[in-house]
Formats: sequence, C-alpha cells, structure tokens
Amino acid sequence: MTRRVDLPNGDSLEETWADPKGLYGWFTHVDHKSIGRRYLVTAFAFFLLGGALAALMRLQLSRPDNTILGPDLYNQIFTTHGSTMMFLFAVPVMQGLGIYFVPLMVGARSIAFPRLVAFSYWMLLFGGTFLYVSFLLGAGPDVGWFSYPPLAESLYTPSKRADVWAQLITFTEVGSLAVAVSLITTTLKLRAPGMTLNRIPIFVWAQVVTSFMVLFAMPAVMLASTALILDRLVGTHFFDVEHAGDALLWQHMFWFFGHPEVYIIFIPGTGIVSTIITTFSQRRMFGYLAVVLSLVSTAFMGFGLWVHHMFATGLPQLGESFFTAASIIIAIPTGTQVFCWIATMWSGRLSVRIPMLWILGFFTIFIAGGLTGVMLAAVPLNTQVHDTFFVVAHFHYVLIGGAVFPLFAAFYYWYPKITGRVLSERLGTWVFGLFFVGFNLTFFPMHILGLHGMPRRVYTYPAAMGWGTLNLLASAGAAFMACAVVIFVLDAIRALAAEMAAAPNPWNAGTLEWATSSPPPNSNFPRLPTVAGREPIWENPPDQPVVVGLRADARDVLLTHVLDAEPDHRLLFPDPSIWPFLTAIAATVLFIWSIFTPWGVVYGAVPAFVTMVGWFWPKSPNEGGTPLWPLAHRTLPRPNEAPAAGGAI
Amino acid sequence: MAVGLTVVTLVALLVASVWTGRTVASLQASSAISIAITGHQWWWEVQYEDAVPSRRVLTANEIHIPTNRPVVLKVTSRDVIHSFWVPNLQGKRDLIPGYTTALWMQASRAGVFRGQCAEFCGMQHAHMAFDVVAESDEEFARWLDARRQPSGDPPDTVRRGRDVFMQARCAGCHTVRGSDAAGQTAPDLTHIASRSTLGAGSLPNTPDNLATWIRDSQRVKPGNQMPPNPLAAEDLEVLVSYLETLR
Repeated sequence: MTRRVDLPNGDSLEETWADPKGLYGWFTHVDHKSIGRRYLVTAFAFFLLGGALAALMRLQLSRPDNTILGPDLYNQIFTTHGSTMMFLFAVPVMQGLGIYFVPLMVGARSIAFPRLVAFSYWMLLFGGTFLYVSFLLGAGPDVGWFSYPPLAESLYTPSKRADVWAQLITFTEVGSLAVAVSLITTTLKLRAPGMTLNRIPIFVWAQVVTSFMVLFAMPAVMLASTALILDRLVGTHFFDVEHAGDALLWQHMFWFFGHPEVYIIFIPGTGIVSTIITTFSQRRMFGYLAVVLSLVSTAFMGFGLWVHHMFATGLPQLGESFFTAASIIIAIPTGTQVFCWIATMWSGRLSVRIPMLWILGFFTIFIAGGLTGVMLAAVPLNTQVHDTFFVVAHFHYVLIGGAVFPLFAAFYYWYPKITGRVLSERLGTWVFGLFFVGFNLTFFPMHILGLHGMPRRVYTYPAAMGWGTLNLLASAGAAFMACAVVIFVLDAIRALAAEMAAAPNPWNAGTLEWATSSPPPNSNFPRLPTVAGREPIWENPPDQPVVVGLRADARDVLLTHVLDAEPDHRLLFPDPSIWPFLTAIAATVLFIWSIFTPWGVVYGAVPAFVTMVGWFWPKSPNEGGTPLWPLAHRTLPRPNEAPAAGGAI
Repeated sequence: MAVGLTVVTLVALLVASVWTGRTVASLQASSAISIAITGHQWWWEVQYEDAVPSRRVLTANEIHIPTNRPVVLKVTSRDVIHSFWVPNLQGKRDLIPGYTTALWMQASRAGVFRGQCAEFCGMQHAHMAFDVVAESDEEFARWLDARRQPSGDPPDTVRRGRDVFMQARCAGCHTVRGSDAAGQTAPDLTHIASRSTLGAGSLPNTPDNLATWIRDSQRVKPGNQMPPNPLAAEDLEVLVSYLETLR
C-alpha cells in the first residue's frame, strides 16, 4: 500500500504546464486560468459596453418627446443592449468563472478539452467584436434581442441587421456549448480522489447543472436562428406567413431556449451565493442535499415555463393554466434554497465583509424580483403588464439581483485568488452602496411606470401620459450605477498595479481553490489534493494523502470515476496550440460570409476543414520533446490493486 | 414549516389565477357588436362587422364602443406582430399575421381610453396608439350611422382640394368612399376630419397639423409608410380644406 513514488520536481512541473510566452504564444494558451481570465475580462468589457448603451437609453427616455436618439438608433441600441447582456456578458461571465474555478475546486490540473475551451473564447471574442463593428457601421440589429419574425424577415428588415443578430447567436452558442461540454466532463471525470458526488462544491454543482441546461436550450435557439437565416438567405418559409410559414413557431423555439436562459444565468449566481455564505458563516452549507436537488429540479422545470412569455398570443386556456402552474411551482426550489441560505447564516458566525454585502443585496433584490415573477405567472395579471416597464423592472430585479450582485460578490471574493491582489474595502463599500441605491432608483419606478401603462421598447412617449417624472428618476439612478461601476473598475486597475499581498486563503474558506497559492501556479496544485469531506480545507485530516505518480515532464492528468471519484486512469492532456485560434478565424469567416451569400458556407467550409485537420492531427510519439506516455502505461491499475492516489505516502 | 407555508401560498395563488383567468376570458352575454382589428405598420385598421356588407364600417385608429356592453374584438395583423392593448379596459392580445383570435372588452363608464401597441413592431412602435371612445348607446348608434355614409360631393370651395387629392399620390393608398379614391394600403379617410389624432396618435388632428403631416410626415414619425408630399402652398391649403370637410 505504500509504494513510494518520487514527488514531481516542482520546477519541471511548472514548466510542463506553462503556456508559451510572447505574442505568438498568447494565441496558443490552453491553461484554463488564462482562458478563464480572458473570459472574465472580455465579458466584463461587454458588460461595460452594454451598460453604456443602457445609459444612452436612459438619457433618451429621461424626458418625454426627447429627440437625442432617433427611433432607428434607439431600436439598434436596445437590441444590442439586450443581446450583449444576455449572450456576451451574462452567460460568458458565468462560464468564465466556471472555466477558472471548476478545475481548481475539484482539484484538477486542467479543464477537460482545454483546446476546445480556448476555441470557445475566440468565438466569444470574434462574435462580440462582429456585433459591435456592425453596430458602429450602422448595421446593428434593430429587431429586439428576441428577433421575432415576420419583423425579422427580409420583407420587413431588408438590411443585414437581422442577420447580424442571428449570426451573433451562432457565434456565442457554439462557444457556450463548447464550454458546457468541457465543464461537465471536468466535473464528472477530473475530480480529486475522494470527491464523491455528495462532496462536490455547490458552485460546481451549479455550473454542471447550468451546463446541462446549455446543452438542451442552446440548440433550440441555434435551430431557430439558422431557420431565420435560411428564410432570409435562400428563401425558405419557416416563419414566412405569406407562404404558409408560421410566426408563432419562432416564439415557441425561441422561448424554449429563452426561459431556460434565465436559469442558465441565475443558477451559477446561486452557486456563488452558496459558496460565499458558507465561507462567511464559517460552517458547512445547511441542507446541502436540498440545495443541490433544488438546482437540479429548477433546471428541469425551467424547460416547462416558456409559454408564460406568450400568454398574450391567445393560446387555449387549458394550456395557459398548465404554464401558470409550472411558473408558480418553480418558486419552490428557489424558495428552498433561500431558506437553506438563511439557516446557514443564522446558525453560523456571520461576518459581513464586502462579498457578503453583495450577497445581502442579492437577497433583497432577487426576492423582490421573484415576487413579481410569481405575479407574472398569473395570466390575467400577465396580459396586463406583459411587454410593459413592469416586466423590464421584474427581469432586471431577477437578473441583476440574481446574477450581477452575486457576480460582484464573486469579484471581491475571488479577486485575491485570481490576481494575488486585494481590492479596497473602503471603496468596496462605496461601490456597493452606490450600486444598490442606484439600482433601486433606476428599476423600482419602472414597476409603477408599467402599471401606468408604459410599454417597453418605445423610443419616446408623449408628455401627456405623465410618465416623465418617474423616467427622470430612473435615469438619475442609472448615473449612480455608472459611478459605482467606474469606481470598481478604477479600484481593480489600481489593485493590479499594487504588490501581491493576498494570502492563499484570506477568507478562511473551505473549498480547494484556496488550497493553493494566490494566484495559483501553472499546475494548479504542485501536490494534487485528495478529499475527505465536503469542505476539504476545513475537514481534511492533517495527514490527508496527496496524489502521486503523475508525470511532471508531461501534462499528465488523473481521471477518476464519475460517482465515487476513485482513480480510474491517466491521460496526457494537449499542449498549447495555435489551431483553436485558427479554427475560430475560419469559423468566423464562414459565419460572416454566409450572411451575404449561401456560397459562403460552401467555400468557407474549406478553411474550417483545413484548420480542424491541423487541430486534430495525430502526434507522433517523439514529437516536441514530450513523448507520449507509452500506451501500456496510460491506464492505471484499478484502485484496489495498486493505488496511484489516496493510499500513497 | 416555512416550505409548507410557501407551497400553500403558491397553490392558493395558482387557483386564484386560473379562476380569474377563466372569468376574464369567458364572455357572459352575447354581443351584438363585433369589431375586426387589423394591425399595420404603424396604424390600426378598424372594421365594424355587419351581416350586410354595405352596413360595414371601416375606420382607423379610433374605436367607438357603447358603454356597459361587451364588445367582441377579432384581431389579426397584415404585416408584423403587433399587440392590441387598452390598459384601462382589457389585457393585451397579440395581433399575429396568419392567426385571427378573439377577445372581448367592456367599458363600464363613458370616456376616452388610450390604447397602444405593446409588441415591438419596428421603427415606429412608439407611435402606434389609438383611442377607444366609450359612449352611450344612442351616441354610439349615431356615430356608427354617420360612419356608414360615404362622403358627398364636396362644396365648390374645396372641389379643387379633391382634385389635388386625386392628382397627388394620396388616392393611390387612401380610400375616400364616395369619391374615386380607393387605395387599400393606408387608413380610410372617408371621415378623417372627425378623428381626434393623426398618424395613430402622433399629433392632435388640427388643420395645421394635418398640413404638417401631409407635407412631411417623416419628420413627425420617421420611417412611416407615407412619403413626403412637396405640394405648392396653395395646393396644400385647398387639400387640407377638402379633408376638413370629411367628417
């Protein structure tokens, strides 16, 4: 049982897992921490852009009959704002957190399929750039982030604007599907020995549940947007009413994605909440099983509510009642989580630091949004407030409350881990205060505006309606939020320039990402941990073994069994490569070209094929100084025969 | 305990919602009045149905209804999806091309109730309003009878205005019953002067605003389907005078 294997030499391990330096090297990174940082920074940049667009909208609506923005520009702005926040910020930023932290939290050296993850990043970057270049060229999409046909059909939108939207979907969905697959595989196969299913951190559970939702929801919208492109490009008639197409078909497909999308954004947020509450209460999560089951049941139910976005279309009563029931019932798992969080805080030793402030903000705002959500489930109320500012208020309470507040908490919580630096507590209080006050000033009046009959997506409104004061108030609130974000960004930049001062575990947290230095080394863990409890740092005994027997001179990764995380076999992971970047370029050419001619798909497939061949080209065993592990040695013996982990040392 | 309370509350809300929904959706009394509403970018076509074709009434952007009587609305769209909504009278209903759905509403007091498109329908979604005028049975019957009349021969003073109407592009899109103008793509103007707004709630209907609208409605409501009409000042004046007689 104590077959001694030499520990890997620390330096060579670091070199093995290092990404290449230099400009060329920058395009070849496959380290999940590097890609995760890029994801977070890029998504946050899109958050700033989307926020700037929101500020422009608030400027236009600050008084009645305003003419700062015309209808043409306003419609592009609200469409681009919504699409940005959904596809370029909310989903990628959560996935970015997953890419960075899931491997660390499960105690792995790498994310699964690192090149695929690198590819997904380039797709996000190119897709987002494509949207904003189009916007600056005056071809920003202007048919809403939901892009309903027939309005989005070429008869009513003859320009390329609707195509830009539809291809943005393709870009971002390809990217998020790739990440979802990688996160699921990482969690199922790369967990540290001992991390059985019931010891997986709740944040990781949330990421896995979300990734499964992505797998089922995103294809629906990709199918829909592809059908829309076909309608526009080659004259198919999926949604073309003049030729027996069906305008409602789009809405079913879009919302079959669109409602789960809300949970795809919100469930990782709950994962953050659970993580931070656990840390700052200094106790294990109350009702771990209930919380995990809540996440899973939310994910299932999330696919059964889409019709509540369509109550105004005039569907049969019985069908509407079913979706009312489903929309109300989904409050139960979320409520369960809220009670578990309260119980955890109640019975722990709660210390309110900056991340915890944001979590407390999350509670008030998200619960208010949840209450209006239950209201919206009722058909008679829904048909009254649907497509009004009441709904705008509702989903900003849910999404900003449920995702952005936890995200800011996460930024403060994990900033020391990612950068090794610490953000200012004093400024942090200001950021939170300004954002919280500004948020409520902006969005609370919108409830009232909606009840007074102000519809959404109008570029102006007549003075006689009497909506001016509340709109002005909302616009003023937006200024507060903008200040908060600016202070946050400045503080983050200031901190980057400061010296590294973060301790490995400044919050005394229990999960594995804190069991390594801040920032983590290339290999994540010089000594790969094993796990004896749900919060390994708190619960592992002092003599907890580490994993040994993995090579230090190659990207050797231990794979474990899905259920009990017993060592299964080992695998050499891919080296850095330029091919994901080149493949993403080829895909970008194909996607954009196909907006203009169907031949773009045909000719564009050639470079895509070539780059993929390059990507998947088999390596000869002697290539590049890191010979492949001889095949006979790639599979470890079964754990009960000769352990590679757990029992050693 | 807390979860139990949640479940009970939610179930109670569910029952209340379904019950209210049924009550709101079901029509208790039979209705004599049935109005077909068709959405266009960016105005509302309103047709009062009648078994006798000559008694049907076609108008735009203004719906008169009698008080205390349910009115059945059959809604659809000619182009993109719109949504019919009078906040004070009834929840909204989408107007979807290819589908015709029915809903009903009832005004319990006389008054003018503003309605507005609630589904984003393109450039001028913001300027797609209408008025619902609820009035007594007698007033409503009088109004409907008046709408059934075609326009008569215009008085001599404005006859030249009608010529301008025919010679400029107006008649290609607009109908004035009782004249040769029979365009089908734009609002019926047979009783334009009696309506309270222009351009689906964009401007109050005054002679000055009418002239502004005709000359260049694109400045008032950018992107709408009506092209600018660079008429000579005197032509515009007589044209407006003619339209003002269409009551």
